[in-house]
Amino acid sequence: MNGKGILKGLSVTAKRFWNTYWDDIVWLLQGKKRYNTVEGIAHRSSKDARGIFTVQYPEEKLITPEEFRFVPFLVYDEGAEGKKEIRCTSCGICSKVCPPQCIWIVRSNDPNTGRPVPEPTEFYIDADICMNCGFCAEYCPFDAIKMDHDFEIASYGRNVYGLERLLKPASYYAGIRPGNYAREEEARKAKEAARAAKAAGATAAPAA
Amino acid sequence: MMTTPTLTATVDLVARFPNFVTTDSRPGYSGFIVKKENLVEVATTVRDEFGFDLLSNLVGVDYPAENKMEVVYNVFKTTGGPGLTFKVQAERVDPVEVPSLVNVWAGADFQEREAWDLLGIKFTGHPDLRRILLWEGFEGHPLRKDWHEAFYEEEAKPFKSRWPDGKHTLAEEKNPFRDNLKFPADFNPETWKPEGEKDLYASLERSTLAGDDRLKTDQVVVNMGPHHPSTHGVFRAVITLEGETVMGLKPVMGYLHRNHDKIGERNTFLQNMPYTDRLDYFNSMSNNFGYALAVEKLMNIPVAERADYIRVIMAEISRIQNHLIFIGMLLNDLGAMYTPALYAFEERELILDIFEAVSGSRMMCNYFRFGGVARDISEDALKKLKDLVSERLPGKVDEMDRLLSENEVLNARLKGIKVLSAEDAVKYSVTGPVLRACGVPYDIRRAHPYSIYDRFEFDVAVRQNGDMYDTYHIRLDEIRQSLRILQQALKQIPGGPINSQKPQYQVRVPAGEAYGRIEAPKGELGFYVVSNGKPNPYRYHVRAPSFINVTALEKMCVGSKIADFVALLAVLDIVLGELDR
Repeated sequence: MNGKGILKGLSVTAKRFWNTYWDDIVWLLQGKKRYNTVEGIAHRSSKDARGIFTVQYPEEKLITPEEFRFVPFLVYDEGAEGKKEIRCTSCGICSKVCPPQCIWIVRSNDPNTGRPVPEPTEFYIDADICMNCGFCAEYCPFDAIKMDHDFEIASYGRNVYGLERLLKPASYYAGIRPGNYAREEEARKAKEAARAAKAAGATAAPAA
Repeated sequence: MMTTPTLTATVDLVARFPNFVTTDSRPGYSGFIVKKENLVEVATTVRDEFGFDLLSNLVGVDYPAENKMEVVYNVFKTTGGPGLTFKVQAERVDPVEVPSLVNVWAGADFQEREAWDLLGIKFTGHPDLRRILLWEGFEGHPLRKDWHEAFYEEEAKPFKSRWPDGKHTLAEEKNPFRDNLKFPADFNPETWKPEGEKDLYASLERSTLAGDDRLKTDQVVVNMGPHHPSTHGVFRAVITLEGETVMGLKPVMGYLHRNHDKIGERNTFLQNMPYTDRLDYFNSMSNNFGYALAVEKLMNIPVAERADYIRVIMAEISRIQNHLIFIGMLLNDLGAMYTPALYAFEERELILDIFEAVSGSRMMCNYFRFGGVARDISEDALKKLKDLVSERLPGKVDEMDRLLSENEVLNARLKGIKVLSAEDAVKYSVTGPVLRACGVPYDIRRAHPYSIYDRFEFDVAVRQNGDMYDTYHIRLDEIRQSLRILQQALKQIPGGPINSQKPQYQVRVPAGEAYGRIEAPKGELGFYVVSNGKPNPYRYHVRAPSFINVTALEKMCVGSKIADFVALLAVLDIVLGELDR
């Protein structure tokens, strides 16, 4: 019969139309909120999603997975009296591995001895050039540079980030990437323990 | 188990042509070197006698140190099996001349034009040797090793200006319009008048069919694009029309050209990985896959078992979302605005959520590394994938099928409108779903398995009519086959490390050449990489399926109606990031 195929297709759209309201009604009767809640957004981006699946940005935001990566930042540990202990040693690996070459690092020298100090005097990331590939964070041997979750950086001007904008505390990092943070801390502790054990062994050896 | 495909020749060209073919004996290289004068003869024999009917890849390489330019041909059989590589070398004088192979493989057309455009290799006998990606007035041939781009800093990254004395400067502060910009010596912007596109229109006129003079109708030249919603980006076609019938057509491209190859030669091997994401931006996972295979072949390293499975899973789920979007966009082009497209986007969102959780980015995944993948896939993400693959996607594909396949309007628009015959499709080097819809069961996953595709049970989707309906329906078939592969892979995926190598930011790649290829959702995606032992590829070339499939566009469209041009372009499933590179 002519028109059968169209009707068959329309049955799909009709079902979809029904679904648009069905879940809303079910959620309402269950006393749950389908919109503007984490639960609702999670459901709308799950395998059971049907009906309205759009997320109304900026009122609602998609749940950011831990691995999500955006323009990098530098991690510092909070030392005594709020001293920022920058993890970066200005070794330059991030700047060398960076595909669009958007990282500029100025190394510092000790004014007295003239020898390099393992801390950058200046550190620039041109966020307009950055392609968010994540190589810098992946290959940094000191866990000093990490990819951020903050993607709302639109501005009217250039986004060239210096040290003051790039530095964020380790607690912030632990907040956005708890799994990675825990794993790295564990590895670091294991390394320190191994070093301590080795040192202890070295001091014990001559005595023996 | 070494699983990357090898290009070992199964035929001995030297035995067949002892006088003008030699084995390429440079370390790391393979294949044969053919004397320039006998190229056409050898190529014809390779096609007719040895059965290599598909010219997959044609790439020019500049060797200024040896004062040579080389053209490399990778040919395959559509019946499967390893391919054959042969090369021709020409002296690096002006002009560099190599005989054209357009008459042997029509698919050489655009690839030779590209080699002319970017390397300045003149293919004698080519019927229409114009620039293809760059504009007519462009000065020089940028892939020559002695050509430097604007804002040129150094031959290769990393640039010394970044570290250790990295005081940030904006690129435009470096005198952009003086010594950093190149134009012909006699060029004066004040007096310059645009020349128009004489060559383009002349070429169109040459190939336009003669009309029926009894009707006394005028032929009209129409420019479709570059700003036209149905061209999927900035693609332009110049069309001669008689009434509503297409009498001649020339595609014009390059509006999104950024010389991916040149960027790739400045980059280190690893740095190219995120750049490949930006080729076919719907399928960054597949792009990563092809590039990783090519470099792994050069490095001769194995891939970690678990990583192999993750790769296949990512490539196949990527294919599913690509084909769903294809169907949505095809319907958009046919006038069914947005209902099918948004249904497709809903599923794609869920797939991209997985990409984001696994790789950190929805579209620019940058997930593959040489020897494995960047990070392990979490149990949570695997669970999500399994749910999608077993519970949701099969139903959604059926729903799409129900929504569209029997629709009378769609059938009237698509059925019976010939895309290509099987012979023409092979002749023009068309690959991917379009080739299979024309009745050629050529799928690299089966014809010449790479990675671990030989472990899975699946059918090569093929359809026989070669009309537009088949090219639509084959995508649904392929989604179903991909789901089959995914179900097996998700069941079998082993534990273990995700990379066979230690993570290192600069890999050592021994000198040599390699051609790695995969069955990308849009066709055969190949990467031709030459290393000279340095940290950067000496030559890096992408065989982009979108680009080469468009070679056949003229053949497909001439004789059909202008409204079908839109649909015919849509069934090729081009993406401009890859086409223009």
